[in-house]
Amino acid sequence: MSGYDSALSIFSPDGHVFQVEYASEAVKRGTCAVGVKGKECVVLGCEKRTTLKLQDPRITPSKICKIDKHALLAFAGLNADARILVDKARVEAQSHRLTLEDSVTIEYLTKYIAGVQQKYTQSGGVRPFGIATIIAGFDSNDTVPKLYQTEPSGVYNAWKAHAIGRSSKTVKEFLEKNYVDELSDEETIKLTVKSLLEVVQTGAKNIEISVLKAGDVIKQLTVDEIKTYVDEIESEKAAEAEKKKPKSKD
Amino acid sequence: MDVVLGIRLKDCTLIATSKSVTRGISVLKEDDDKTRILNEHNLIAFTGEAGDTVQFAEYIQANIQLYSMRENDIELSPKATASFVRNQLATSLRTRKPYQVNVLIGGFDTKTGKPTLNYIDYIGTQAILPYAAHGYAAFYCMSLLDKHYRPEMELNDGLKLLEMSIKELQTRMPMDFKGVIVKVIDKEGIRKIDV
Repeated sequence: MSGYDSALSIFSPDGHVFQVEYASEAVKRGTCAVGVKGKECVVLGCEKRTTLKLQDPRITPSKICKIDKHALLAFAGLNADARILVDKARVEAQSHRLTLEDSVTIEYLTKYIAGVQQKYTQSGGVRPFGIATIIAGFDSNDTVPKLYQTEPSGVYNAWKAHAIGRSSKTVKEFLEKNYVDELSDEETIKLTVKSLLEVVQTGAKNIEISVLKAGDVIKQLTVDEIKTYVDEIESEKAAEAEKKKPKSKD
Repeated sequence: MDVVLGIRLKDCTLIATSKSVTRGISVLKEDDDKTRILNEHNLIAFTGEAGDTVQFAEYIQANIQLYSMRENDIELSPKATASFVRNQLATSLRTRKPYQVNVLIGGFDTKTGKPTLNYIDYIGTQAILPYAAHGYAAFYCMSLLDKHYRPEMELNDGLKLLEMSIKELQTRMPMDFKGVIVKVIDKEGIRKIDV
């Protein structure tokens, strides 16, 4: 040990705070989560670990959490840390409604969550949250989809499409190549599933998808619904491979 | 001198609250709604110290909503809601400045498929009742309700009984409470009824 990672609020001589960087490492080991913005919707998707043979899948908590009627949060990293952060966000969302008689804007929510994460990098006796989050939703009386990301350091950004967690680099590259503006709802879901399939080999049963629309509409897709998208994508891929084959022979 | 009335019928609960807000001898408002929606099947109606009422009801509302968020959209049952409210009032009673709020909670239990009416006062008395009222309204309405109430009443009969009670209040009470807002809680949720 170099001595600069025992206490959290200590810089190393070259300006790093090691504990925060280790937290980011935990994020990279977490399962992948993706967010994609469409014209009138935001889609969150994430990789779901296979439930063990004796596990009860009904009560396995989801990695996509509802913060308020109009906002969802997906995370990558330590599940236990996420529970705490998500609860803080939910309390803030209700507290905001109580004091301001208005629901939180997605930007406010993101700032709040990033603020909490930042606090845990600078105060004594705590360690940073080992999670990155993707926050999606619609502001009240607004039809513009919003998508943000936060990191353990407390940094936050807005995105059109983004991925966090394991192999997020592959997914991000895929999204950069394939994202176009003004996607329809169907196209947005399909792009999300497709991007996840880049890193999830086992198909529909290991994917979780939630769709948000303006006016507090949140829909969680069933495994069967996801499966139709997966099948569609796979048949398209097969057809494309078929097309390429004779060309390569020439 | 607010009016808060509740009647449990065969498959819904009726809640009526007066529309006036008064302070001293003046009427400040005549379209006030003294209810808050807690969740899809629970409605709280309140009277008491001005200021305390809305503050308390909205605090309860936020907490019930928070519960649904935390528990994956599961909604708190009427019984659990009432117990929570009672507990909050009982806790508050033992502080330096307690909430002086009396409430009725109209609910529909989606598990048992039955409507419920809960009476809770600021001291922390909780009772599940077929019909209930707070304040002066109780004096004038109870005898009427005792005589005419039937547990198997449909919505229409319930509204007639309510109309009768309101009429009685309008004749007997010294002030004009500007009519009532009536809300129904049934398996479809909560809706306002024009009377």
